Amino acid sequence: MQQTPTAPDAGATAPDPARRFERVGEPILSIRGLKTHFTMDEGVVRAVDGVSFDLHAGEVVGVVGESGCGKSITMKSVLRLVQKPGRIVAGEIIYRRPASGKHKALEVDLAKLPEAGRRIRQIRGGDIALIPQEPMASFSPLHSIGSQIVEAILLHQDVSKREAKEIAIEKLREVGMPSPEQRFDAYSWQLSGGLRQRAIIAMALSCNPAILVADEPTTAIDVTTQAQVLELLKQLQREHGSSIVFITHDLGVIAQLADHVVVMYLGRVMEQGPVHDIFHRPRHPYTRALLQSVPSLHAEPRIQLPTVAGSIPHPLQRPTGCPFHPRCPDAMPGRCDVAMPALYAAPGGSPVACFLHHDHEEADDG
Amino acid sequence: MPEVAANVPDLDAPDVVTKGGASAVYVAPAWKLTWWRFRKHKLALVSLWVVVLITAIAAMPEFFATQDPNTTSARHAFIPPQTIQFVHEGRPAMPFAYGVVGQRDPRTLRMEWAIDTEVRYPVRLFARGFEYRLLGLIPTDRHLIGFAGASGTDIPNLLGTDRLGRDQWSRLTYGTRISLSIGLVAVALSTVLGILLGGISGYFGGLVDNVIQRLIELLQALPPIPVWLALSAALPRTWPVTWVYFAITVILALLGWTRLAREVRGRFLSLREEDFVLAARLVGASRARVIFSHMVPSFTSHIIAATTLAIPLMILNETFLSFLGLGMRPPAISWGVMLQESQNLQSVVNAPWLMIPGLFVIVTVLALNILGDGLRDAADPYSS
Amino acid sequence: MHWFILKRLLVVPFMLFIFSIISFVLIQAPPGDFLTSYIAELTQGGSSVDQAQIDALRQTYGLDRPMVEQYFTWIGRMLQGDLGVSLEWNRANSELIGERLLLTLLLTTFSLLFTWAVAIPIGIISATRKYSLVDYVFTVLNYIGLATPNFLLALVLMWIAFDRFGLSVTGLFSPEFAQAPWSWARVADLMSHIWLPMIVLGVAGTAQIARVVRANLLDELGKPYSEMARAKGLPEWKLVLKYPTRVAIAPVVSTLGWYFPQLLSGGVVVSVVMSLPTIGPLLLRALVGQDMYLAGVIILLFSVLTVIGTLVSDILLAVLDPRIRMDGA
Repeated sequence: MQQTPTAPDAGATAPDPARRFERVGEPILSIRGLKTHFTMDEGVVRAVDGVSFDLHAGEVVGVVGESGCGKSITMKSVLRLVQKPGRIVAGEIIYRRPASGKHKALEVDLAKLPEAGRRIRQIRGGDIALIPQEPMASFSPLHSIGSQIVEAILLHQDVSKREAKEIAIEKLREVGMPSPEQRFDAYSWQLSGGLRQRAIIAMALSCNPAILVADEPTTAIDVTTQAQVLELLKQLQREHGSSIVFITHDLGVIAQLADHVVVMYLGRVMEQGPVHDIFHRPRHPYTRALLQSVPSLHAEPRIQLPTVAGSIPHPLQRPTGCPFHPRCPDAMPGRCDVAMPALYAAPGGSPVACFLHHDHEEADDG
Repeated sequence: MPEVAANVPDLDAPDVVTKGGASAVYVAPAWKLTWWRFRKHKLALVSLWVVVLITAIAAMPEFFATQDPNTTSARHAFIPPQTIQFVHEGRPAMPFAYGVVGQRDPRTLRMEWAIDTEVRYPVRLFARGFEYRLLGLIPTDRHLIGFAGASGTDIPNLLGTDRLGRDQWSRLTYGTRISLSIGLVAVALSTVLGILLGGISGYFGGLVDNVIQRLIELLQALPPIPVWLALSAALPRTWPVTWVYFAITVILALLGWTRLAREVRGRFLSLREEDFVLAARLVGASRARVIFSHMVPSFTSHIIAATTLAIPLMILNETFLSFLGLGMRPPAISWGVMLQESQNLQSVVNAPWLMIPGLFVIVTVLALNILGDGLRDAADPYSS
Repeated sequence: MHWFILKRLLVVPFMLFIFSIISFVLIQAPPGDFLTSYIAELTQGGSSVDQAQIDALRQTYGLDRPMVEQYFTWIGRMLQGDLGVSLEWNRANSELIGERLLLTLLLTTFSLLFTWAVAIPIGIISATRKYSLVDYVFTVLNYIGLATPNFLLALVLMWIAFDRFGLSVTGLFSPEFAQAPWSWARVADLMSHIWLPMIVLGVAGTAQIARVVRANLLDELGKPYSEMARAKGLPEWKLVLKYPTRVAIAPVVSTLGWYFPQLLSGGVVVSVVMSLPTIGPLLLRALVGQDMYLAGVIILLFSVLTVIGTLVSDILLAVLDPRIRMDGA
């Protein structure tokens, strides 16, 4: 990782310039205008409010944003794991599975499937697997990790219990679990944080899913283990060419892993584009503010680290117009606080939702 | 420390403030917040009023009674309830009660009572009756309700009479005083014991904590009713009513403090680990200040809730003891003592209204339980 | 696992020792020793006092000795299986207790199983359908169950059965079987009678435990491992039963520690009202008649049962929860 001289800011760890991902063909996952709202006594929380982005086969998409920006809810919506009072109120989640082996090609709108139905259950874990935030709490304390992995395998693959156990041990070995045969019978609370996260990854990989959703998988573990887990994910991605949606608030992680970045704020996509563009030519003021707030080895020492001014508005008190305008250094009064800029891509560019770059307003649909 | 990690809140979950306007929430004192949350719980609000009413009856039973609860008249035994009527001969009427006529069954020699629709006693509010001192201070003869034209044994018995011809409604009002106050006093005693021992246990920890915890476990493992029974059986029969009363409360409190002590200790332990307590300590607050201005306010609401939930248990226990004849004894009147009259199937079949005191027990315990739950939920700032 | 059970077993004698002291203190609690009141009662009743018999009793129980010595005489006899003699009944305590103990245990165990069989499903349904109509109905029923003294429930049920159907539902046996020796017919007769007391006794506990299950399960349903299981593609009901329910139920087993004594307690009152031939009425008579040695034996017996109940619950908990099992190893 080296500092690219062309970087306009003194901030973030930059992505590896050698890594380029060319998007070709149809995306494996397309999210279009997704809205997930939580209806409470106090009002409606628009946790996800019109999110669109694509994931191509073999690509790593990093979804980045502050706490409460709706990035986790977006991915929970994809897996249809949003619990009441949350509900998908609009949008499409198109999943396209290419034909492979015995599986037929499939194109389905996940947002339209019944939440507890058979079809979505087959996709969960089988086609799209989750690597959750808290490895500690994501295994049941009363069941051995092996039995929980075997369960996942038996749900999606037509194998015997013994074969499932072999697959599980094989997966544990693959994620670098030392002596997987013995660890198979261990309980999650007997493992260290790093090993638990490895076990979770093994469970996610156990059914060879087409898409991995990693929901801040490194937040709850310490920094050295974090590095190991990231290294493991990179290696697995290289070997299997997995498609990964990586949710994080850590720009450093994004720089290391992602090919394509989606920047979210208050349930909306502010800007998205190839990782190099986002890091070197950020256009949205929010993206710039985020990048500046990342400490860097190369920045001038002993200066105050810039932070994003102000704080995230209360979810029930969304600002009018662009949600970022109260904190935006470049906000244009009479424009940004009145209308919401659409996520619009100029020809040849990537989409950004800001009136500094275009004049397209979001069609108001409440 | 997996417990700690498991409690890390989901950072992505949208947090929400309570109703009442976001700006007001941030400046409201804790008790006000508690009250706002409590008010949302409709059932608890209703229960609060029920408890207030019952407490009023307990405070001035004479005012609510219609007759002297101790006047016996064997000739007027087992009169069925003469409820207040609003309709006479198919037409609405001012509230009144019918009289009764008794006839002795020539074969069983029992008095059979029938409603006499010829005799009507209109209900009067704040009527004159027997003399008493309101709250033990003000001499008066006014009662909440009375019946015009009725005196002595003619006075309608709203809930019927018992084996000795005593008016059940009046006895119930007096019984409320003893049953409720026994619950309160026993819980007060338990609370003092519980807070003292629980606090000591939670604050000092170590050996003291261990000894107290083992003691609590031991006491909780005892089957309570047999032990209570044995202890009250040991009370001399010759003791006056007031002595028995206090002895019973002490006996009830003796096993009752353990729950509260556990609660207090648990609170103390978890609060000791809280960040705001640590923060107070780090800025150099004295030990007393940490305890009294940081820790105590954040658990008084829990203690109040736990206490409210302990009262109904005590009331039930007193009822059990008295029902079995080993708690309060006649001439004292308590709900349990009254229910003793209905101890066997025979008396229940002959006079089902003897079970009415049980209804009072159920309503009181129900209201106190719901109230306690409402308080507990309201006191917990993290409940949704 | 074995270590865990062994450790628990080691506590048992200690607890029994403490309970025996408590029982003994209770025997001694009434003013004056029981022989004095016994003699007074006999004289009052106009019967002649057999001085030789009284001297023998004084000798047996060592009533002229210091308290500590009396305790050891008493407990020593108990350990040898001599439960003493009831003064009121003039029969051996063991003879009086015998079958009553069996029936008490049977009733208590049945109530316990009834409680679990009803409370756990109610708790699960309430938690998984939080704030639904079913949940509200169960919540209201729970409150009422908690507030109703079991003797009152017994009275009301007995009254309804008699008033509506002309049935007398007291006792555990039909008259023809009450004194009969054990046979299959007698067992069948017992089963046809025991269900009502079983329900009456179990209602309050059912309400309590359903609440515990509901609250625990609600906590567990929000845990990441429940969501993870869902993300694996597990069907909802299977997931609820396999993961959070198992975690939520484990503590229910440990409620046996307080629930068992509570059932024994409640059994005393219910038995008196429903005239059940269990230990309860015997204890009450012994206490009212100040037949303190009989009462002491019964209370000690209850304590022993409680200790056994706690032990069983600890072992069950260890079986259900590997964290406890391994911690003890």
